[in-house]
Amino acid sequence: MATNTQIPVADRRVPVIAPGHTFSTIGEKISNIVLSRPVSLGWIFGFLIVFSMMNLLMIALGYLFIKGTGIWGINIPIGWGFAIVNFVWWIGIGHAGTLISAILCLLRQTWRNSINRFAEAMTLFAVACAGIFPLAHTGRPWLAYWLFPYPNTMRYWPNFRSPLVWDVFAVSTYFTISLVFWFVGLIPDFASLRDRAESTLVQRIYGLLAMGWRGSARHWHRYETAYLLLAGLATPLVLSVHTVVSFDFAVGIVPGWHTTIFPPYFVAGAIYSGFAMVLCLAIPIRAIYGLQDFITMRHLENAAKVMLATGLIVAYGYGMEAFMGWYSGSQFDSFLLWNRLHGPYRLSYAALLACNIFIPQVLWLKKFRVSTGWLWLVSFVVLVGMWLERFIIVVVSLSRDFLTSSWGQYYPTKWDWMTFAGTIGMFLTAMWLFVRILPMISIFELRTLLPESQVHEAAEVKQ
Amino acid sequence: MTIETSESPIYGLMAEFDSAQELVAAAHKTHAAGYQKIDAYSPFPIEGLAEAIGFHKNSVPLVVLIGGLIGGISAYALQYWVAVITYPVNVAGRPYHSWPSFIIVTFELTILFAGLSAAIGMIALNGLPMPYHPVFNVPEFAKASENKFFLIVFSSDPKYDAARTRSFLNDLAPRMIAEVPS
Repeated sequence: MATNTQIPVADRRVPVIAPGHTFSTIGEKISNIVLSRPVSLGWIFGFLIVFSMMNLLMIALGYLFIKGTGIWGINIPIGWGFAIVNFVWWIGIGHAGTLISAILCLLRQTWRNSINRFAEAMTLFAVACAGIFPLAHTGRPWLAYWLFPYPNTMRYWPNFRSPLVWDVFAVSTYFTISLVFWFVGLIPDFASLRDRAESTLVQRIYGLLAMGWRGSARHWHRYETAYLLLAGLATPLVLSVHTVVSFDFAVGIVPGWHTTIFPPYFVAGAIYSGFAMVLCLAIPIRAIYGLQDFITMRHLENAAKVMLATGLIVAYGYGMEAFMGWYSGSQFDSFLLWNRLHGPYRLSYAALLACNIFIPQVLWLKKFRVSTGWLWLVSFVVLVGMWLERFIIVVVSLSRDFLTSSWGQYYPTKWDWMTFAGTIGMFLTAMWLFVRILPMISIFELRTLLPESQVHEAAEVKQ
Repeated sequence: MTIETSESPIYGLMAEFDSAQELVAAAHKTHAAGYQKIDAYSPFPIEGLAEAIGFHKNSVPLVVLIGGLIGGISAYALQYWVAVITYPVNVAGRPYHSWPSFIIVTFELTILFAGLSAAIGMIALNGLPMPYHPVFNVPEFAKASENKFFLIVFSSDPKYDAARTRSFLNDLAPRMIAEVPS
């Protein structure tokens, strides 16, 4: 048939994996980064910078534990401040990792196989950074375990009707499931590293982590089932975690928070910022470690398209907020809109609109999607924009609520900034170590993308 | 093709193949020849390989279902017990059994328990962690996580016979056959 000789549409695009690779070159290329690549001066220099930033966090938290939350800029009426802004920002960033590893797995988007591992690592580190903020914000973090239901001598139990308690369960489940998913994905790759390692110590360490994985057909069969089920279980988490985070706001009656659009708009914003972070990390990493064969332009373009789509959902959310402010006839809601545009935080709101709505529209043009420099810049702008969004939601609404007598301004202190910069340092430190001690691309999943891995005969024999 | 022999008790006979297709075909033939206790090893999951060696019973989904049910039911029961029986607090006049508020924690714990059951269940059913396994005694087996494919007939198989099994495997045209010392 004539149509069969034509190249199918899918094949005309940039391939997911560059041609010429075999099972062993894939394993070699990825595991050599961990096993035999010498530690470069650039890596050490960068590590010193990010590790110093992480130490800012240690200092800021140490001082916080001595003095209490009074060292932060929070006060009545703005009791949430940076702690919650940063918490929501970090949690949101994590979402892209889970979306890539779970939802794209269920949708059989094979291009995910080369970015899921480090996107999942990004999720874990981002959620770890996020967790620090509400913990520190409780004021007495050493008593944070009171949030969990356990029999205690105070004869106290948590109030399960509170969104803040829901949050504890949502975030801790999210972290645990992400960790389990990540570890399960790593088991066969640990075995690869074990078998390739030359030093006995390294072999022992990866051998211990691989738990004796030997690639038996029975094991793979159970493994694939468990992996698919984990993907299916993590999928609702992608949508639910930020929904629950948005309930922290939406269940309250503060103008600008009490809206039903919050859950979907938060989830879209989370995926938006998450993909921005994926691109911000993937672009330099693929250049430094020469992984252009596995993380191709197709991956970057796809991520850019997801960013564009979720960015438009976020823009719709802003549009709806403005529309409801105008259309609802509620003086508090319409004042909120006026205050965002003309009030003391108008510059932040203008910057937010520029970063989240206007600038990312350049991604409609292929020229910007295929230029790594531009793509990195746009992703960075989106990360800034999404941080500003959370700042606007938390601070502007609290600074101007129902009573003029309870209005106030929020001024973050140097400790606020140090804590924020410190979590960025902690995140990057973890990333820095991750790329050198674990395979940052899933070796076995990449191998299944090669045509040699497909066995069609098996199905015929069964019939 | 090389033939390796050793003196210690034999765990099985292992054949090495170059491709996934050869392995699946060999597994089918070995299973069809009446060998029951066989296994195949590959660096990545191969569709149909588990069926080819006669493995059909996979209890991971059942474990996950049970885990999820335990998580969900215990989460709801805990909330009910706390909010209605042991520590009833009037929050803004809501009923003690305000079930819509309890859905989120129930949902989260369902996912948590099901996810942990999937991972732990898979690892446990696979008999891992297993610090020692005889197949690793074959030096070539290090390639099982890279680009080689292996088939083993265990010596515990009723049909196993050192010479006949070896000649059977030989007919499958493997790269090499090795005795696996236990």
